[in-house]
Formats: sequence, structure tokens, C-alpha cells
Amino acid sequence: MSVTTASFIDPAAAPLPPPSSFWSRFRRNPVAMTSLLILIAITLTAIFAPEIAPHNPMRSSLRAVLKSPNAMYWLGTDDLGRDVASRLIFASRLSLIASIQALSIALIIGLPLGLISGYAGGWTDIVITRINDAIMSFPALILAVVIVGLMGPSLTNAMTAIGIVYAPRIMRVVRGSTLSVREEVYIMAARATGCSDTRIIVHHVLPNIVGPLLVQSTVLLGHALLAEAGLSFLGLGAQPPQASWGAMLGQAFPYMAQSPVPTIAAGMIISVTVLCFNLLGDGLRDSVGRVRRAGE
Amino acid sequence: MTIPALRVENLQVEYTVGKRQLRAVSGVSFEIGAGETLGLVGESGSGKSTTGLALLRLIDPAGGRIYLLDTDVTTLKRRDLRNLRKRMQIVFQDPYSSLNPSMTIGQLLEEPLIIHTDHPTSERRAQVASALQSVGLTPAHAARYPHEFSGGQRQRVAIARAMMVRPELVVLDEPVSALDVSTQSQILNLLRQIQKDSGTAFLFVAHDLAVIRLMSRNVAVMYLGEIVEQGPAARIYDQPAHPYTAALISAVPVPDPARAHMVGEIILRGDLPSPLDPPSGCRFRTRCPFAMPICTEQVPPPTNIAGGGVTACHLHQHGPRLDGQPLGDFLRLGVAP
Repeated sequence: MSVTTASFIDPAAAPLPPPSSFWSRFRRNPVAMTSLLILIAITLTAIFAPEIAPHNPMRSSLRAVLKSPNAMYWLGTDDLGRDVASRLIFASRLSLIASIQALSIALIIGLPLGLISGYAGGWTDIVITRINDAIMSFPALILAVVIVGLMGPSLTNAMTAIGIVYAPRIMRVVRGSTLSVREEVYIMAARATGCSDTRIIVHHVLPNIVGPLLVQSTVLLGHALLAEAGLSFLGLGAQPPQASWGAMLGQAFPYMAQSPVPTIAAGMIISVTVLCFNLLGDGLRDSVGRVRRAGE
Repeated sequence: MTIPALRVENLQVEYTVGKRQLRAVSGVSFEIGAGETLGLVGESGSGKSTTGLALLRLIDPAGGRIYLLDTDVTTLKRRDLRNLRKRMQIVFQDPYSSLNPSMTIGQLLEEPLIIHTDHPTSERRAQVASALQSVGLTPAHAARYPHEFSGGQRQRVAIARAMMVRPELVVLDEPVSALDVSTQSQILNLLRQIQKDSGTAFLFVAHDLAVIRLMSRNVAVMYLGEIVEQGPAARIYDQPAHPYTAALISAVPVPDPARAHMVGEIILRGDLPSPLDPPSGCRFRTRCPFAMPICTEQVPPPTNIAGGGVTACHLHQHGPRLDGQPLGDFLRLGVAP
């Protein structure tokens, strides 16, 4: 340890560097920035799919079945002679929307429960947390398979199932953050002002747990995408003729010997997207760190 | 006779520590007149902040009565507390943690009005603007976030927030001890100005005796959950009647060497005993240089002091039998009981 750090300057009087903002810290993280740009590109592709796709993704040509990649069909054609590149571009819509669906359901269930559990404490907290732990002890995908089995295979059912399975993860993060925010002096100050519990939760707790919630949501989007792909691969998610990345992977897989490119392409895009979500989540986690007060 | 703004009778506050009850405040009584300031002084751990929090029912008292004018605060139901919050407010010690970092100054100041009044938005905004001006900030500051302000400015915001609904009483819980000395005097002057304009009563909780003296008409000295001496500030400072008060005052640096030893010095040794296991009899006896056998056995009775106020010390009935006279001569002559 160096002793030169000792200083006679009163730390309160010493000039402090301006607190680095969330965005300025995030911007200097090349991995997270790249991930964000890739995800933005994928999202734009999904939004402008009709303008970008070279072919109609639904039109099959029996004269061009299982073609290898060529100038006309960039990634070849599938077993029904449909353009794989166009289908992947359109499938991005379904995959992303499905992930967002699952995340929304997880948030709708997990966020209020986490807030109530963390803020109320006592028996409410114990009961909610125990149920939560029980759900979390199941393997997520197996539980989703069971729920889809009960509700019938469709992409909406699959994503509802994924949402329910992931709700406890949101709940746990929200509860933990709420527990720490609840002890802040400004929460007591809000009580002293006369705020109702509802007002305290909505106006004073929620805005201060957005950071951890954003991180968890980003990571869960990746997980939901992967789960969607898994369920659709197994035929429990997107149903033909709908195309999601997982459904395409499942559809192309039996013909891998004749035409490997569609399988690899679908697998690659799933991997890259999930990886980007995870890396973005990590980057956000590093940047979000609460802005501490000067001198701490 | 007018009713005091606040009357506290035999207030008790307990915390549960593990399975044991810690009595942080045991039997505290005082009054604050309308528009007056009572200074509540004591070491950290003496229960002074807890007393302040209990007044607002931010901690529920274990016993005793609190009257705000003629309202019995202690028996209010949870849903009636909201009305109390309009009449009684608090300013916390640390302005860095008492302002929600995700709300703008404008939102922070507007919130009490949203809760307690039905003024339209335009009226609320106007009040926020004038409140900012009355604490020495500008209306343009309303759009800023707390982290953009210095400690002194934040404490101004916290004071403005407490004064938004024109309360009858404000608890100031060490409002300047987290601030630079130069900022402290500005905030203290601001508080005095606000009190002059609004007629609000203050309970000023602090450990800094110089600050308390500047602010208060009356002073109460707390030790280990009890008030050992209270009375008019001038009498307490010039002629303390309890050894603990004398010790606190002799610990304040005096800028005038000629005056430095006017009252004899009492140096306290050791730490505050654990409130989980307070000493029998007089709670101060373990650190009191004049402790007598009776101090272990009996709780000292309150004695009226010449010059105003009350103290609880056996020296007035036993040993030197001061009989309500301040400690002054006794300390100066160094007479051992």
C-alpha cells in the first residue's frame, strides 16, 4: 500500500470529479455497445422485414427445394422451396415479439409481487417468497412444457408459460432491491410527508429500483428467446406456417444432411441474439451502479 | 394560560433487540410554546433523535402521551396520521439521503401539496416557486435533481418541503450537523427567519451546544433516554445545575481564555452505558465525578432550579445539598461532597 494517498486535505472540501452518468459509463464499454448495436440492427430488420426480405417468405417453389446458397437464394431454400434468408428475416418478428410477450407477463406477475413482498415484509413476504422458491426449484423449460401441455401448443401459450416461469426471477430481483430502498431515509421522509403506502411504492420505491430491474429484464429477454426457440423446436411453440427462429431450426434440422446451411443459419442467429442480450445485460449491470453521494 | 404547541408527557420508546427490550426513551416530558424552539441536546445514543421520530409516530411510542395543541397524537389511528403529517413535519440530518434521488426538486416540493391540499396544478406550481424563493433558491431549480445540489442547498430544499403545508411544529433532527461550518450558519439563519415569518414551533435536536444555544429559548438535556435537566437556555448555559450539563458545556471550546475556566471543568470518562442494561438509581452515576452512595439506590427526584427549569440530581438533596442552586460555586470551589 502506498502512503502517498494520505492527504491533509479535508475530503469534504476537496473538489470531486463530476459523478459519471450511466450513459457515459455505458458508452465506454465496447462489448455492451456492440451488443446494443447488433440488437438494434436485428430489431430494425424485424420492423422493416417486408422492405428487406428479397422474397416472399411464404411462397414455395417446388422447382427450388433444398437449394444450396446462391445469388438468388442467399441462404438456400428449405424443404418446401421457400427462401431461408427471407424466412429468417420475417421470423425475427415472431421471435422478438414472443420474447417481449414472455417478459411482459413475467413483469406483470413478478413486479407487483416483488414490490409488495419487499415493502410489506413480515408474513406477506414469507408466503410470497416461499411460493417463489418452490416455482424456481423447477427446471424452467420442463415447467413450460407442462404448462403448454395443459394449455395446448401455440406460440402465445408457450410464451405465457415462459412468462410465468420467469416471473419469480423478476420477483426476486425486485424484492431484493425494494428491501434495500425501503431502508433509505427518503422513504421515511415520504412517510413523514404523509404519503400512502401505494404512493411510496409507486413514486419512491419503483423509480429507484429501475436499474436492477432493467438489467434483469434484458437478460431475461435473452432467456425467453432461447426458451421460445427450444419450445418451437420441439413443436410446442410457433405452429406452421408461422416462422420463428426456433421453429425454422426444428424444421430444417431433419434435412441437415442434404442442406446444412438453414440449420446453421437459424442456430447462429439465435445464439448471436441471446449472446447479445446477455452481454448487454452485463454491460448495463456494470454501468447502472447507483450514483453514490459525493464523498462516499 | 395558552396551550403549548406541543406537550409530551412521560414518553417511552422501546426497540426490540433480539428478544430483549431496549428502552431508548424512558419517561421524557417537555413542552414547546407556539412559535418557540426547544433545543434537545445529548450524546449520540441518548435517545434524542428517537424522541423526534416518536413525536411524528414514525416510531410508535411504547407509552406516554403526546399532545399537538389539543390533539392526542399517541392514540391516532393509522388513517388519521395523514392529518397529523400536515400539522407536524420533520427535517432529517442528512440531506444527501433524505431527498429521493429520482424526483426533481419541483416534484419533491409539490408532493406534500398533492397529498394534503386540493389545489390545482397551476396553484401548486406557484407555491413551489415561492417556497424555493423563500429558502434562497430560484424557481428555475425546480426542474433539477437533488444530486445537482450542494449539501446546504439540499437542506434548504428539505426545509422548504417540510414547510410546504405550513405545519404547527417541525422536528429538526440535527439539521446542520452534516453541513460545513460556513453553510451551517446560513441554514440556521434561514430557520430563524422562517420561524419568525411562520410562527412554527421547532424541536431542534442536536449534539452541538453552540448551535442549540443560538436557536433555542429552552433547552432539554438528554442522557440515556432521560431528560436530566431542562430550562431556559440562558440559565442552563451560564448556570448548569446537573453535572452532565456542566460536563457538556465544559467540553465546548471557549474562544475567550479569560472565560474558559469560569465554570469548573468536568471531564467525562468512559462511554455511554448500554441502554439494554441501564445503571440503577441515577443513570449518570457511572460517569459522574460526584457520585454518592445514594445515587446507586434511588432515582433522583426532579428539583426546581433557581433561575428556571428542573433538574434530576441527588446533589440538590444530599451531599452538598445545593437545594435548587446551580452547580457554579460548587464546581469552582472544587468541593468534594
